[in-house]
Amino acid sequence: MKNYVIVGNGIAAAGCIEGIRSLDRESPITVVSEEKRDVYCRPLISYYLEGKTDLTRMRYRSESFYRDMGCRVLYGRTAVSAEPEKSRIVLGDGTVLPYSDLCVATGSTPFVPPFEGLETVGNVFSFMTLDDALALEEALFPDSRVLIVGAGLIGLKCAEGILERVKSVTVCDLADRILSSILDSECAALMQKHLEAHGIRFLLNDSAVRFAGDTAWMKSGAEEKFDILVLAVGVRPNVSIVRDAGGEIGRGIRVDTEMHTSIPHVFAAGDCTESFDASSGQNRVMAILPNAYMQGHAAGVNMAGGSERLDSMIPMNSIGFFGLHAMTAGSYEGETEEEKTDGSIHRLFVKDGYLKGFILIGCSDRAGIYTSLIRDRIPLESLDFEMLKKAATTAAFPADIRRKKFGGIV
Amino acid sequence: MRGNEPMKRVYVNEEWCLACHLCEYNCAFANSGVSDMVLALKGKSIYPRIHVEGDERISYAVSCRHCTDPVCVRSCIAGAISKDGGVVRIDRERCVGCLTCVLVCPYGALAPGEDGVMQKCELCLKNACGEPACVKGCPNRAIVYEEREEAL
Repeated sequence: MKNYVIVGNGIAAAGCIEGIRSLDRESPITVVSEEKRDVYCRPLISYYLEGKTDLTRMRYRSESFYRDMGCRVLYGRTAVSAEPEKSRIVLGDGTVLPYSDLCVATGSTPFVPPFEGLETVGNVFSFMTLDDALALEEALFPDSRVLIVGAGLIGLKCAEGILERVKSVTVCDLADRILSSILDSECAALMQKHLEAHGIRFLLNDSAVRFAGDTAWMKSGAEEKFDILVLAVGVRPNVSIVRDAGGEIGRGIRVDTEMHTSIPHVFAAGDCTESFDASSGQNRVMAILPNAYMQGHAAGVNMAGGSERLDSMIPMNSIGFFGLHAMTAGSYEGETEEEKTDGSIHRLFVKDGYLKGFILIGCSDRAGIYTSLIRDRIPLESLDFEMLKKAATTAAFPADIRRKKFGGIV
Repeated sequence: MRGNEPMKRVYVNEEWCLACHLCEYNCAFANSGVSDMVLALKGKSIYPRIHVEGDERISYAVSCRHCTDPVCVRSCIAGAISKDGGVVRIDRERCVGCLTCVLVCPYGALAPGEDGVMQKCELCLKNACGEPACVKGCPNRAIVYEEREEAL
């Protein structure tokens, strides 16, 4: 009999629970949940504010999930340290939890730079958790002027989610373009134009440096008035439990392809980790929901004595704003192959005969075929790449491989 | 939960496919909830859950493979896709149209409906047709519904 402990109660934890239970129906699982909530779909908080979902539909699993899975959940509790030599963790209230196998799925925390005068701002919010979204919602009024610091995925989804509920939304960022972590200048400009056409205002190459009450002073010297301030500058993986116990840390908790940390019987999964990126061959933080679930699942299977390896994980994003979708994946290395129209960009990155990455804006049909070429490292010489440059299609595969892929012929 | 789950799936024989696209129309009709095909489809853009791919040399119809270990289920940010009784289903009430499933499906088998919300082949098991309409209406038996030994 094992005794599993999972720190965190997000998507990676849900994956871990399901991974464990795919092999071990008996041993107890204890989940330490900082939020006083069951697992929910965090990426939907902007859709919630937009009215496209509600608290019930945002549940990630059914109400009976933890009961069905035989889990004990400690809500509103935090783990402060791990003592691997004693195979136990310690919670903030002093409770000690012994484990046979531990999964650290602590996610990340919004990073708040030391802005001068931030304490003088009444309405300041992060945009990470459902509680953040609910608190922001309370403050929204039709005449609110909103300033969002950070034009990344979180800041822009927030902007889209609240635009119709407020008077104005301005987004500022030190970077010279929006979505700078996933888009190059040309692609970012296309998306920015689209967002501006819907009424979002941008201050790029510039960011707030000082606040006083309802005023922000920008790096450029400009003054910006606001009623609500949202800080979406970035996030930092929550690594302290593993770091303080002597585990290896890079930009996140280092895990191998089976989700082991450097400490025996301690696994980690989700946004708190950095792991092998098959597109670049490097370790990276790949904080996206699909990877969190898959890493959690793999951790769970391996904790339960099974074997699940994740050696084809890559960074990827599918993100849409007001009907225009951008899909990105992999690494932007090597030669580019592109097709453009007025409202779309179709850009593939090819290196050493392999597809390494892509950016698709406004033309994302069947993009998963490209994703699979990156993940499975399919040599492009084995395919009709001329055909694939124009659009993703399995017709570009050799007939025998395609037939096998689709289940063989009669 | 995973592993052996013998079940019937939709398969194509690309050498028999005539690229007539009838499967797309039959699919759209079967999922329209309307009992008259003309009323359901005439003069409208269709959003079928199966589509014909290929070029002048070869053609074949693509629909959900109902994978043993579906990457769409694991990737859905809304928890809206699940696998139940061998069939991968989507809860359209929960889908927010983020298209993450399109980003991950290696078969290119998923596309959104007219409203931007995802829809997918659920083998017509829950609509009025009761069995895959694409198979039933294929004039050249290029699409079949049968059980095969394979692991997708």
